[in-house]
Amino acid sequence: MEFSNVERRDEQKVTFESFIQVRDLVKYFPVYSTGVLTKKQVGVVHAVDHISFDIKKQETFALVGESGCGKTTTARVILNLIEPTSGEVIVDGENIFEKFAVASKEEKMKLRRKMQMIFQNPYGSLDPRMTVSDIISEPFVIHGHVPKEKRADRVYELLELVGLEEYHAERYPHEFSGGQRQRICIARALAVEPEFIVADEPVSSLDVSIRAQILNLLGNLQKTIGLSFLYISHDLSSVRQISQRVGVMYLGEIVELADTDELYDNPLHPYTQALIEAVPIPDPQVKNIRARLRGEVPSPITPPAGCRFNPRCPRATAYCTGREPELNEVKKGHFLACSSPS
Amino acid sequence: MGESGSGKTVTALSVLKIVPKPGRIVQGKILFKDQDLLLKSEKEMQPIRGSEIAMIFQDPSSSLNPLYKVETQLKDVLLAHQSVSKEESHRKIVELLSLVGIPDPEIRMREFPHQFSGGMKQRVAIARALALQPTLLFADEPTTALDVTIQAQVLELLEDLKRKMGMSLVMITHDMGVIAKMTTRVVVMYAGNVYEIAKTEDLYEHPRHPYTALLLAAVPRLDRRKTLSIIPGNIPNLIEPPSGCRFHPRCKYAIDQCAESPPTLEQVDTDHYVACYRWSFLTLKGETSRK
Repeated sequence: MEFSNVERRDEQKVTFESFIQVRDLVKYFPVYSTGVLTKKQVGVVHAVDHISFDIKKQETFALVGESGCGKTTTARVILNLIEPTSGEVIVDGENIFEKFAVASKEEKMKLRRKMQMIFQNPYGSLDPRMTVSDIISEPFVIHGHVPKEKRADRVYELLELVGLEEYHAERYPHEFSGGQRQRICIARALAVEPEFIVADEPVSSLDVSIRAQILNLLGNLQKTIGLSFLYISHDLSSVRQISQRVGVMYLGEIVELADTDELYDNPLHPYTQALIEAVPIPDPQVKNIRARLRGEVPSPITPPAGCRFNPRCPRATAYCTGREPELNEVKKGHFLACSSPS
Repeated sequence: MGESGSGKTVTALSVLKIVPKPGRIVQGKILFKDQDLLLKSEKEMQPIRGSEIAMIFQDPSSSLNPLYKVETQLKDVLLAHQSVSKEESHRKIVELLSLVGIPDPEIRMREFPHQFSGGMKQRVAIARALALQPTLLFADEPTTALDVTIQAQVLELLEDLKRKMGMSLVMITHDMGVIAKMTTRVVVMYAGNVYEIAKTEDLYEHPRHPYTALLLAAVPRLDRRKTLSIIPGNIPNLIEPPSGCRFHPRCKYAIDQCAESPPTLEQVDTDHYVACYRWSFLTLKGETSRK
């Protein structure tokens, strides 16, 4: 089964309630000195620093930003794969950090079933010694939500859903191409019938001609199954294609958040503007790209005072170095953290 | 332009005659300034590499030697081809590093590659490639490993240097955006063969090969949402490539002839060549700003 294309999904974006609420989330990683005998903490990496956003039901929310901005850390904290330094994540009305702290094993398993992850590298995320059928049915064994006699059929259903064939079930990962492996990873994530999937750069390791297949597959799955997605990427073009809302991250903070078309057509933060201008468009008649930003992303161990973007910002004033701007709603649904917007 | 395994990099390595073993150049000609490089001996090739034709690679972290200071690595290139005095090489290195936009070159030249960020390392690699003022530079996915804002800086630098030094630049990439921005002519490769050659604008507006058209339609663009078309199937295995036209198993226009014998490049327009039996029967959609 092959999906032909993704239609515009604007009509979906308004009414759905929040499924995930991230509130004031912080994750710092300690940095230790390199002494042989002594281990002394010398600083912290401000990976994620006080960020808040919502993901609505059946929505694809994207986090974009350059490497090291904290996108993946945010996702891992939401999935409770790593512990937050502080902050809250509320999934379907439940504070999951509190829940995970006290929950019994069964309850934890139930929470885990709600949320799954698809990783960037489909070569590293599949066990080379398991057949596809083993890989996809392992969640059934762990969670026990599919009775033994139905497992094989369910594997075939999932394979069909992601565009693979029944006969693929008995093969090993090395027999597949990158795109097909990513389909297997998607099938595995869907095996627990999750409500929410984190897709961390799911197409960036794939060939160009294969990327559209996976993007369309994800878009169609969301429509047919009604999943919520957190799509993490540095590729602004694919984000525009697949998401309904976008948050732009810079050095651990969200600097701008808006509906996708609004953000791309009317970016307000100087960083978002520079990011959009830096991406070459596959059309020689549009000579858009400009390297507006000088310099590089500063170290997250000692982030700049005030607005973290101020050392690279073309519009920075003395005010920007003194005070950290807050993320405020400047237009309906359009949030911005900048003291001197255009 | 081509996806992984299309033969882009091997083509560039062949021009420099540095194809890694057991690879070898079986036949053909490589004419550079009217001389066939394949007829040249290893000794005759040596002065051409670096001073006439240079190359930069995708991952600057692995193309620079981590054990040597930047200064030493640049000096090696300078000394390999000409005898220069200590002062002269020092002056040249400072000049090269500032040319590629590295601040404080006097200080930074004494640092090791690990002290540089990804974008800065790629600048060092570019400085090294340009040290002998080559007339032809191969840039093999020079920005794939870099962040977008840094990519824009490096692309701008390459364009600027190309103009200043009057050299020819071959961009090797799968990024249709980079090609649109940086190039004037494109060679489309697929599974080791050339399927289309055209001026960039012409190629994007009027692609003649189904693969080119499908690829253009499959790439999302930032300035608007579009319906992404899919190229069915996967990239073929080159140990047993498909017979005839290597794209035919994935091509919806394929006829029996496509599987039987490989098509040859033919001219279809000024500066526009395509290898496809079906091109004259097809009206393919391109990618332009006009909707």
